[in-house]
Amino acid sequence: MSETTNQAFAEHSIALTLNGQPRQLNVQPWATLLDVLREQLDLVGTKKGCDHGQCGACTVLRDGKRVNACLTLAIMCDGAELTTIEGLADGDTLHPMQQAFIKHDAFQCGYCTPGQICSAVGLANEGRAQTPDQIKELMSGNLCRCGAYTNILAAVEEALPQSATQALTDGGIDA
Amino acid sequence: MNPFHYSKPVDVSQAISLAGAASRFIAGGTNLLDLMKENIARPEHLIDITGLPLKDVSETANGGLMIGALVSNADLAWHPLVEQRYPLLSQAILAGASPQLRNMASTGGNLLQRTRCYYFYDSAVPCNKREPGSGCPAKDGLNRIHAILGASDDCVATHPSDMCVALAALDAVVHVEGRGGKRTIEFADFHRLPEDAPQRDNQLADDELITAIELPPKGFVAHSHYLKIRDRASYAFALVSVAAALELDGDIIRDVRLALGGVAHKPWRNKAVEQSLIGQPVSRENFVAAAEAMLRDAKPLEHNAFKVKLAQRAIVRALSDAATGGNA
Repeated sequence: MSETTNQAFAEHSIALTLNGQPRQLNVQPWATLLDVLREQLDLVGTKKGCDHGQCGACTVLRDGKRVNACLTLAIMCDGAELTTIEGLADGDTLHPMQQAFIKHDAFQCGYCTPGQICSAVGLANEGRAQTPDQIKELMSGNLCRCGAYTNILAAVEEALPQSATQALTDGGIDA
Repeated sequence: MNPFHYSKPVDVSQAISLAGAASRFIAGGTNLLDLMKENIARPEHLIDITGLPLKDVSETANGGLMIGALVSNADLAWHPLVEQRYPLLSQAILAGASPQLRNMASTGGNLLQRTRCYYFYDSAVPCNKREPGSGCPAKDGLNRIHAILGASDDCVATHPSDMCVALAALDAVVHVEGRGGKRTIEFADFHRLPEDAPQRDNQLADDELITAIELPPKGFVAHSHYLKIRDRASYAFALVSVAAALELDGDIIRDVRLALGGVAHKPWRNKAVEQSLIGQPVSRENFVAAAEAMLRDAKPLEHNAFKVKLAQRAIVRALSDAATGGNA
């Protein structure tokens, strides 16, 4: 828990774990996690679609839970463990969900894909989807303007059992 | 968004001491940051409350639940005690937003969501809720999604929450704390009708923080149902929603709760209508009569007259599904 800070529009120093690496960052209070990832850290896999939490293209994992990076202030990620699309593979071995998206050709233009994959891994961590209908409902926060939903569903359905990166427990949001 | 100061207090009293007219508390941020990006909310100071100890769900002495204001919507919907004892609340939460947003959004913040009226969100046009006294283009504009009950000349906006419709039906109590101390607010009194001050959505003072939501023991486990009608199958705000809960003795109604979403500036209840069902048998005729009574005072606008019939039919269906064990 950080101390109260109230300096005039100051940059703040935060410490977090990003794709397994500890990072120390200076961020302005109003910088979103999405903009910091893309502009400050050159992690451009996370996409800016609507920038209003409606399309899911910016989905990343925060402490194993899927969140919209566009509606997250970076300054509020102090102490968090973040995983972006760049952090899912193990070296040259793709994450099972990435492999399944390739196998099922679960994209056309590919712009929504990093968000779809991170969201599907978050779905696996939640452990709540068993049927195709449940997968569809619980993937509804990720839009695909190309309409590749049929293949996305096939990929998610196949890879879901192997895709959890961490078990989630109840207990509110993590500060 | 505009530049702002940022603070992260470590306890409730510190958070309250920092609060003022130009500050906002931030937890999930899902609505507030969106409004800040649209330049509709322009706080000078964000008070990050995610470090406060308000993250527990615990049983109360009388058999109810106390839900910390920072419990996420997802954690609340999937909390074992909520799933077992308040399935209506679980169902309503899961009908709203997206999984990502539910992971982020807090219980307290859900109550403080602002309307999704197009005109409120469009800073190029007047809006009494955004700029008091400037006018209401929705009244004579594109008002398909707007209110049919409890609106005023100044505002026809609706409250967007699903969770709040269930909390209204369950007679939840809002616990708040401000510089003047702690107080509780009955859920039915928490949100306001627009009247001539639509800029005020609820009864909170600037320095008051929601600390918890209390659920009374009665969860209507056997007979409740949340029905949400929207323009697509998922991830859309309600045109009309119904939280229906029944306590039955055989087929006689011993207690009933009925709350509507998507039709007014706050979750809509009518206790006289609920009272009229008590002692009556479960029947389509009785449900139809209740549905008609719920909408008797409806004043539809040019484009939302369909909501009256839609709400009536949704009420009948939700009550019928509840009677046959909607969540079982």
